[in-house]
Amino acid sequence: MTTLLSVHGLKVAYGGIHAVRGIDFEVASGELVCLIGANGAGKSSTLKGLMGLVPHGGSIHFDGERVQHAATHTIVARGLALVPEGRGVFGRLTVAENLDMGAYIRRDKPGIKADLARAYEHFPRLAERRAQLAGTLSGGEQQMLAIARAMMGRPRLLLLDEPSMGLAPLMVQKIYETIATIAGEGVTILLVEQNANLALKVSHRAYVMESGAITLSGPSAELANDPQVRAAYLGE
Amino acid sequence: MDIFLQQLVNGLVLGSIYALVALGYTMVYGILELINFAHGEVTMIGAMVALSVIGVLMGAAPDLPGVMVVLAGILVAIPACMALAFGIEKVAYRPLRKAPRLAPLITAIGVSIILQNLAMLIWGRQYVSFPPLLPVARFEFLGAHISLLQIVIVVLAVTIMAGLWLLVEKSRLGRAMRATAQSKEVAELMGVNVDRVISATFIIGAAIAAIAGVMVSAYYGLAHYYMGFMLGLKAFSAAVLGGIGNIAGAMLGGLLLGVIEALGAGYIGDITGGFLGSHYQDVFAFFVLILVLVFRPSGLLGERVANRA
Repeated sequence: MTTLLSVHGLKVAYGGIHAVRGIDFEVASGELVCLIGANGAGKSSTLKGLMGLVPHGGSIHFDGERVQHAATHTIVARGLALVPEGRGVFGRLTVAENLDMGAYIRRDKPGIKADLARAYEHFPRLAERRAQLAGTLSGGEQQMLAIARAMMGRPRLLLLDEPSMGLAPLMVQKIYETIATIAGEGVTILLVEQNANLALKVSHRAYVMESGAITLSGPSAELANDPQVRAAYLGE
Repeated sequence: MDIFLQQLVNGLVLGSIYALVALGYTMVYGILELINFAHGEVTMIGAMVALSVIGVLMGAAPDLPGVMVVLAGILVAIPACMALAFGIEKVAYRPLRKAPRLAPLITAIGVSIILQNLAMLIWGRQYVSFPPLLPVARFEFLGAHISLLQIVIVVLAVTIMAGLWLLVEKSRLGRAMRATAQSKEVAELMGVNVDRVISATFIIGAAIAAIAGVMVSAYYGLAHYYMGFMLGLKAFSAAVLGGIGNIAGAMLGGLLLGVIEALGAGYIGDITGGFLGSHYQDVFAFFVLILVLVFRPSGLLGERVANRA
């Protein structure tokens, strides 16, 4: 497996607060890696740093090329996509327009059309509501839309920030089935979750983050059995 | 009855010009939540540049048909205003993108003052008259007089508004503009170059303002370095009336404001028994602005109330 993303000494600071204190991690092509940890551990800041949304230090290589200090839209053009925390759908655009925005960087009309059809096939709920404003969708539908929209850009690395947040258990299950399906299609995924149980089940490897640093890492199945992890994150 | 119809016609003509200028205010507000007070001055510079070009052309090529001369003036004024607005955004507003909202607002007022004084230095303090180049033709319609210029202004304004509507609703750039208006961060995450979209918004508004500036100076027969102030304030009132940030609202607000103003000016003498004359017409725009702010702060078509200072 080839390394798709490699991060060394990533630091993110807001004003005087160090949210991420120099972390190293890697994601290989085709992997589903998760980053778990408590609220405020620096997980979201890590993703924002990767996307160039916040000032950051350290080095980030994507597919062998350095990407840090680039503008966010150029990072997106290289094949990274982030589904932000809280979904970030455009509430006053229709579902269809939201999906079109996901394909903004692409120019291949037939390919976009085919992907749109596939997205609707994947998410029949979105097909039913394609002409509706995204703001009128339920939280779970918005999360589906946000993921489908990110996939419209055909990313090579999909970053998901707390996709289960604020959703009913049944909807969480659906979202995780979707994530597993996308991963099964060969898309590389970096998943950030507070819900360690879920994340460890679906992922190949995991990193545990605590106050801005990575404290543990390894195959997800092993971490799920690690007494320390079980005590701290799985409520046992 | 015929005075009513006449004033209605005059109001629609004036209103379509207000609507064009109001679009520039509302588009920028929609994306940056900034009231670009310099927009009235951009309109004024459009008129001034066009008049300068017209003056030069009349001297250099006296045989050229009048319509062509005016058209040439417009065609130079448009890129001039586009470049000006691009520069204003880049130099004055972009560095303040993350500053508290009051900072860019005050900067906008500063830019407006600078442009007025610059225009005064270049074109002087006196009124510049619009030469009689356009064919004068009048039609009668149910007792109201309509000039060819009035018809051209309304038709052109409606065409521009329809074009802008299509651009915003149907094009890739338009979709990016609407996405950026909702969330700059998420728009960036879609691969939108937000800086470029913001520049495009200023440039499009300025191109429309340039045309509106030429319209207004052709309609009144003159231009002046100070004309952008009142025109800008009225267009801003129109944008607020329609619901600032809302493009359809700016169009509706502009037309309504023009009609209210014209009818008000036509009847104010009768209503006050001759105490106030039609030169009080400017009062109406601001009277309407106050009423809107008191009773419907989000405007006629506005969906949300801006509650930040």
